[in-house]
Order: sequence, then structure tokens, then C-alpha cells
Amino acid sequence: MTGDRRIRVLVAKPGLDGHDRGAKVIARAFRDAGFEVIYTGLRRTAEQIVNAALQEDVDVIGISVLSGAHMTLCPKIMERVREAKLDDVLVVVGGIVPDEDVASLKECGVREVFGPGASMRNIVDYVRENVR
Amino acid sequence: MYSSVAGCYDAFQDAMTRTATNEESVARARGRRVPTSTVSGVPVNALYGPADLEGVDLDSTLGSPGQPPYTRGIHAEMYRTRGWTMRQFSGFGTAKDTNARFRYLLDHGQTGLSVAFHLPTLMGVDSDHPMSEGEVGKCGVAIDSLQDMETLFKGIPLDRISTSMTTNAPAPILWAMYLAVAEKQGVDWRRLSGTIQNDLLKEYIAQKTYIFPPRPSMSMIVDTFEFAARRVPRWNTISISGYHIREAGATALQELAFTLYDGIEYVQWARRRGLEVDAFAPRLSFFFNAHNDLFEEVAKYRAARKVWHRVMRERFGAADPRSMRLRFHAQTAGCSLTAQQPHNNIVRTAIQALAAVLGGTQSLHTNSLDETLALPTEHAARVALQTQQILAEETGVTRMADPLGGSYYLERLTLDMEEGCWDYFRRLDDMGGMVAAIEQGFPQREIQDAAYTYQKAIETNEKVIVGVNDFQIRDETPIDILTIDDSAAERQKAALLALRERRDAGRVETARATLADAARSGANIMEPVLDCVRAYATLGEICDTLRDVHGVYEEPAF
Repeated sequence: MTGDRRIRVLVAKPGLDGHDRGAKVIARAFRDAGFEVIYTGLRRTAEQIVNAALQEDVDVIGISVLSGAHMTLCPKIMERVREAKLDDVLVVVGGIVPDEDVASLKECGVREVFGPGASMRNIVDYVRENVR
Repeated sequence: MYSSVAGCYDAFQDAMTRTATNEESVARARGRRVPTSTVSGVPVNALYGPADLEGVDLDSTLGSPGQPPYTRGIHAEMYRTRGWTMRQFSGFGTAKDTNARFRYLLDHGQTGLSVAFHLPTLMGVDSDHPMSEGEVGKCGVAIDSLQDMETLFKGIPLDRISTSMTTNAPAPILWAMYLAVAEKQGVDWRRLSGTIQNDLLKEYIAQKTYIFPPRPSMSMIVDTFEFAARRVPRWNTISISGYHIREAGATALQELAFTLYDGIEYVQWARRRGLEVDAFAPRLSFFFNAHNDLFEEVAKYRAARKVWHRVMRERFGAADPRSMRLRFHAQTAGCSLTAQQPHNNIVRTAIQALAAVLGGTQSLHTNSLDETLALPTEHAARVALQTQQILAEETGVTRMADPLGGSYYLERLTLDMEEGCWDYFRRLDDMGGMVAAIEQGFPQREIQDAAYTYQKAIETNEKVIVGVNDFQIRDETPIDILTIDDSAAERQKAALLALRERRDAGRVETARATLADAARSGANIMEPVLDCVRAYATLGEICDTLRDVHGVYEEPAF
């Protein structure tokens, strides 16, 4: 746990996808839960996302992808996360991710995947319980 | 799926035992408080009667179908004389893959095409751009140059079909490619019919597939109005869209008000250019969402026609009836579908499609049951299309115009929807119009607030989504979904590389320089874009030229 410090979350939108309803809603739910939230804005590269995570010293990276490109984008981000030695950062993914891709995402270091219908409460609880 | 009745029964028993929460759900359902507000959160009374319409002159507020103010529909006999167009949106892989699908659809009696482009095309980057990695051919067809557009429509006579192209920031370029294909086929532009979405305001507000800042985007849109009025008179130059505004979380009223006000903004910009309102307004078309709340949706479409009629007549002094008649396409609400128990989505889609038909839509796309998971499989796409065929052929809802007209409840909802629109219009006028409101983040914030409120209502079970926050089942059997492999990306990149080597590079550079000059001077860009396209400049290169002149838009944080 992070002691008295508030949990810091980076909400990230990689790739070309502009659908940000989920990212904006979860960012607000995190804020309401007392987390510090930094939103990357749209269409960020893996480098930009990981640099932001470093600079903002976040505990969590939440990646939102709805375009179907998650199997290209997420492993790239995880590679950069490892290079930057951000092994303590909890990385979760939200969006349209078929069940069969969940296992591969977890293999490359994503800790949890939240699909359509996931509740804000469950996501917030998950982050609270799993952040290091 | 099951070979016998006994098999069905076993499956039913099995499902019942898997419904772990079944008993509690039934108990809760008995004591359940019926929701007293619409999907959009509008409070509803238990009964409506004459008192709710007191002081309302129904004759003038409704008119007859086909007559002003068009509340009851734009044709006198509606679907008796003119059925809605069943226009299913499709596109995937390379132009060759999608051309084969188009020809299959046309061979099976479809008369209109609707092209879905992949994200790199929509964002104005080529398939070999680093940002395109993982996206090529995924959400639509990859189009990088005129060469791809020629392949996409190979063997399809453009004077015999109508084509809808869902493209916004690069709309002038993709339209120019289509026009260039027509030239090569020897088809007169005056005989072409179709639609480009070309609505950037809703991109800044909701879908966020923008490239350039709002003001140059508005100018390029007016360029297409001006060019079409002179050269391609049967083309719908814009589809002013509420669909994406609703999908981003807006209420029904916000969808309606922001969309119609976007329409007002486009008309104002075109008039400022010196265009006569009746020269371009008949080619404006609209695109709305069809969500779950049947009566609220029907009220929305009826109010849309009535408000637009008044706006065009009173605010803009239109004289041509076609300028005042709101035509629209509807699509069922993707955001209402659930990944849980996905077959239930067929039912949701059917009810939403019914709302669009009862509301008098001109064309309709029905979503497939698996769209919260991936692009639709062929089977899911067929069920979606057949949902429309069942509505048209089996239910009898097409027999008369505006069948719900006169319902106390519906008429009250329609009037309230209209009033809500005028309120939003006053606020937007005060802000200095939609471009100014977008720059201040107003519609974006309104929609984000509505999306959050909606999600909270689901979390507190104030709103029930079957299979998501109630009536869940454990151990659901997964359904088959479509996957798109990466070989399309490799083929596309190889073709692009070969094109760059083959074409006349000097001609490309000259055409791009001429386009840059036109964009800088504020001249209409359509002719220079056509010249770039004819020289086989790629979409990414043409967009780069325009990016150099106009810059790119970055959304401020709201």
C-alpha cells in the first residue's frame, strides 16, 4: 500500500481510437474515490504514456482501447513499462477485449482486464486492493 | 442449435439451474419499483390525458404527414409508398476484400452501399504510418489512395448505386477519390448519388475523430457544399449526426438539441460564404440514434422534424419545401448492447429499430448482437438485417403514417422535447454559436455529466440492465466472434510502397503545393484536392499538406 499518500492513476488512451466515454467516466469515478487522476488525452504513443507515468509518479496505469488494436498496443506499452523499471505500477486495461485475448494480455504483464458492463465500484475496489 | 425438443428442454433446465440468483431476482421483481423516468432521466407521470395537452392546438402542432411542420413524417403515405432503405454499414481488410463483399451484397438485391473506413483513413494517416500499427483493416477498409478506391468500386457502376461514406475530417479527399473513380468509369458527376458524413462538429463534441481545428474544418465543409451545388447536385454533402453524441452518453434531448444546432451552425457558415440557403439546404441530411426508450425516441424524431422546419423557415427564410423537410438515417444504439448474454441484444435492437420506424426514419442500420465483442460475424449481421425485414414485412407497422400520433403521452413528450431544444438553442446562441461553445467545452461537459449520471444510476440499480446488474447468469457459454488477421496490413503496406515508386512524384509535389496555396488563401480546396487525388497522392500526404497549413486540434482538458 502507499501509506497516507493518495493513489495516483494515469488514465491512458493509446492508438488512433477516439472513443473516450469509458475513459472519462472511470477517471471521474477514480476522482470520486479520492484518487489523484491524470488523463493523457487522446492518441498517445507507448512512449508518451510511459513517460507520463514516470513524470507523474503514478501507482496505476489504466489503458482504454475500444478499436480492436489492444493486442498491438498493450504489449508495446508493457515493454516500455519494463524498460522504465516501473514494475511496481499496476497496469489494467478496459475496453472491447474478447475473452480469448485476456490471457495473452495478462501474460505480458497486464494485471486485470475490464470489459463492457464492468462496474465502476468493482474497478475502484480492485485498484485499492491491488495497488502496491 | 439443439436437435430435439428434449434437447431444448434440457438446455432450458440447465439455464434455470445456472441462474443462481433466479429466486432472489423473482422476489425482487415482484416488489420492484417501476422506474418513473425515461432512459434519459426525464420524470414520467403514471397516466396522460387531455389535461396534459390543454391549450395545445394539435392541428397546427402536428399538421398532416407530408405537410408542414412535418411532425408526422415527410411523406403523405410514408412507408406505403416509400419503404425505408436498409443500409448496413460494412468494410474490413483491404479494398479487394470489401469489394468482394459489396458485389455479394449487390448481387443479393442491395441497392445502396455504406462504407466503413479503418481508423488510419479516418485520421488521415497512411497504412504504413507508425500510428497505424495494429489498426490496418480492423474497424473498416484500408484506403490510402485513388488506387484503393478504384479497387473498392471495381465492377460496380457508380451511376446505378448510391454510396454512403462514413468519413469526417478527410471527407473532401475521400469524396474526391470517389469522383475520380466516376471520371474513370465515364460516369457524369451529375448522376452520382450518395452521402459523406462530413460532420466535424459532432467529432469535437463526441466521437473525437478530428484532425484540424474547428474553424478550418468548417471552411472545408462549406467547400463541399459549394462544390456539390455546382457540380454534384444529387450528393448529400453532410449527414449531421446525433448518433455519436448519444453514444458518448448524451440524453435524448441533448442528442436532439446539439445535432439540430450543429445544423444551424453549418447553415450559418455556408450563408456567410454567400451561398443561398435553398441552393444547399435540400442536400443536408441527419443521422440519429435509436435507443431503448421507445416513446422517448419516437418523440425525439417527431420533434426533430418540427423544430428543423421552423428553424429553416423562420431563422433562415428558406422557401424551398425540401430545405425544411428533415430527412434522417437511424442506427440502433451500440452503447445499449451488453457483452453479457449477447443474444438479448437481438431483442434490444428490434425494439430500437421499431422506434426508428414508428418515428419515420428514411433509412436504418441495425446493430449485430456481437458488437460489444468484435466486428459482426456473417451470421450476426444477417440476423440484424432480418430484424428489419421482419419489421417491414410481418408487423404491419408500415401500413399507416405516424401510427402513434395523437397519444397523449407521445404528444406531451414531443412538445417537451421541442421546448427543451429551444432552451438549449438560446444558451448556445448566447455563447456565440456551436464552434464557440465547443471551444468553451460546453457540449462536451454536458455529455460527460450525463454519461456519469447514467453509469451511477446503473451502479445503484436505479436503472436495471438485464444480465449486467440484475438477472445475471453464471458460466455463460461464449459465442463465436470474428477475428481479422494481420495479413491484410502486410498486403496493404506492400501495395502502398509499390504505388509510391510507380507514380509521377513531380506531379504529386506540384499538386500538393497548389493545394497548400489554396488552403492558405481560403479558396475552395475541392479542385486542388481532386488534382492531388488524380496524381495518386496518398490520403496521408494530402492531410499532411493541410496539417502544415491549418495545424492539428488538441482537445483541452475539461
